[in-house]
Amino acid sequence: MLEIDGLHSYYGDAHVLQGVSLNVAPGEIVALLGRNGMGKTTTIRSIMNLRQPVVRQGEIRYRGERLNDLSPHAIARRKIALVPQGRRLFASLTVTEHLTMLKPASAKHGWTIARAFDAFPRLAERKHHRGNQLSGGERQMLAVARALMIDPEVVLMDEPSEGLAPVMVQALEGVIAALRGEGLGILLVEQNLYSALALADRIYLIETGRIVHHGSKAELEADPSALQRYLGVH
Amino acid sequence: MSALFTSPLRIFWLALLACGMLAPLFLPTYYVSVATQILIFAVLAMSVDVLAGFAGRTPLCHGAIFGTSTYVVLYCAAHAGLPLPLAMLLGVLAATVLAAVFGLLAVRTSGVYFLLLTLALGLIVWGVCLRWTQVTGGENGLRGQLRAQVGLSSRELYAAVLFVVAIVTFAMWRFVRSPFGLTLRGVKDGESRMSSLGYNVPLHLIIAFTASGYFAGIAGALYAVFNDFVSPSTVQLSQSVSGLLMAIVGGIGTLFGAFVGAFLIIALEQAVSMFTERWLMVLGLTFIGIMIFAPEGVLGKARLIMAARKLQK
Repeated sequence: MLEIDGLHSYYGDAHVLQGVSLNVAPGEIVALLGRNGMGKTTTIRSIMNLRQPVVRQGEIRYRGERLNDLSPHAIARRKIALVPQGRRLFASLTVTEHLTMLKPASAKHGWTIARAFDAFPRLAERKHHRGNQLSGGERQMLAVARALMIDPEVVLMDEPSEGLAPVMVQALEGVIAALRGEGLGILLVEQNLYSALALADRIYLIETGRIVHHGSKAELEADPSALQRYLGVH
Repeated sequence: MSALFTSPLRIFWLALLACGMLAPLFLPTYYVSVATQILIFAVLAMSVDVLAGFAGRTPLCHGAIFGTSTYVVLYCAAHAGLPLPLAMLLGVLAATVLAAVFGLLAVRTSGVYFLLLTLALGLIVWGVCLRWTQVTGGENGLRGQLRAQVGLSSRELYAAVLFVVAIVTFAMWRFVRSPFGLTLRGVKDGESRMSSLGYNVPLHLIIAFTASGYFAGIAGALYAVFNDFVSPSTVQLSQSVSGLLMAIVGGIGTLFGAFVGAFLIIALEQAVSMFTERWLMVLGLTFIGIMIFAPEGVLGKARLIMAARKLQK
């Protein structure tokens, strides 16, 4: 469904992604793991064609269509949603406003406000609170709910468990697994190895802008040497 | 509508609006005229607030858009012999088209670049009004007898302006609270976030700019009937700055704060100028005081105080 082939991305003269290739299929969680500064977020930003970085080589295809030259909003309209690192909510909007902005309260199909509140009951309790009045976990829930309001087929999640309490991470993992059950493809960028291993069907390891290992979760668990070599996990 | 009655602050505003409606019955003609002016400039300030307070783009060309509507109304009604309602429609249309063109040129910039670009666009309009003497009358401007044409007394004009301003205010309130208005606030908070959620940010800003120009055009058309005269000073930079100051003094992003800002600035201007020739200095000191002690504007400050009290309870 989402295929990335030989991607080279730059921040100015800095050559950050050096030929990254990966793919995400429907109903699959693909984890992209790596240490800080290895190019995980750059990969996600390159897929969404955000202003920085600049993709100079390689191709991003979605259902066979080339995305490289499309604007971020055109990519999002093809039902690719982004849950950005650090949540990046709208400080002046309430929880409800975050959702009604994307889909009218009267909507009946796909992800509706009521369905989002069912999936995230905590948000229903906080529906009149502004983005900057929520706890870290609530913010993350809202960032995911907001992304779901565009009825995505693929969700790009950039470090969703970052800074969350274990109980919130567990709740979030439940939501992500449920989304996979509905047939969504999920590209999960993570530093939290255990959270990624708990969820992912396939795992890519990235180091200094290159994919250095790729395999199923079972393969990686059977031979953890790659994890030791590239993530320093023992 | 029910949401209008959900907070004491809103009920206060409605009560104030009701008092405003009654004012012409008790005040001498001079004050009726000042009150009419306040209402018209409140609409201009609200149109500025739609862009500055909700979309995060501070314009310095709304005086030019406002004045263009005034010019078109006066030209069409007093010189081309068109009926006043048609002339007013054409005035609003001209302002809307002008705003759409300005929007197309300006929305890809932000911050100080947006400010400077809109300032330059406003100056172009001022230059055209000054030099295109066959149509605009140059420095002499255009004069008409629009109010006499429709036979309105000062009080009747006030009532008519109040009626139009009430409708326009409600329309703007609905506009900023609509899902589209929410997207504008989203753009203000983070453009790239909105883009990655599927929004064409430049298109949204062009629509916001055009809508804002439409409202400024309505204010300009009302001003033509109120003032019966227009000259390049109506479209000059100081007019844009006045609209922006009214929005800032009232409270950027509050919408209704524009009424407070327009009232404070126009009333202060009228009152202080009766006592001293140095009224501009007094106005300047007042602005400085407001910026230091209530940078969020009078209504913004009032909201903050009310929110703090609510938290204490």
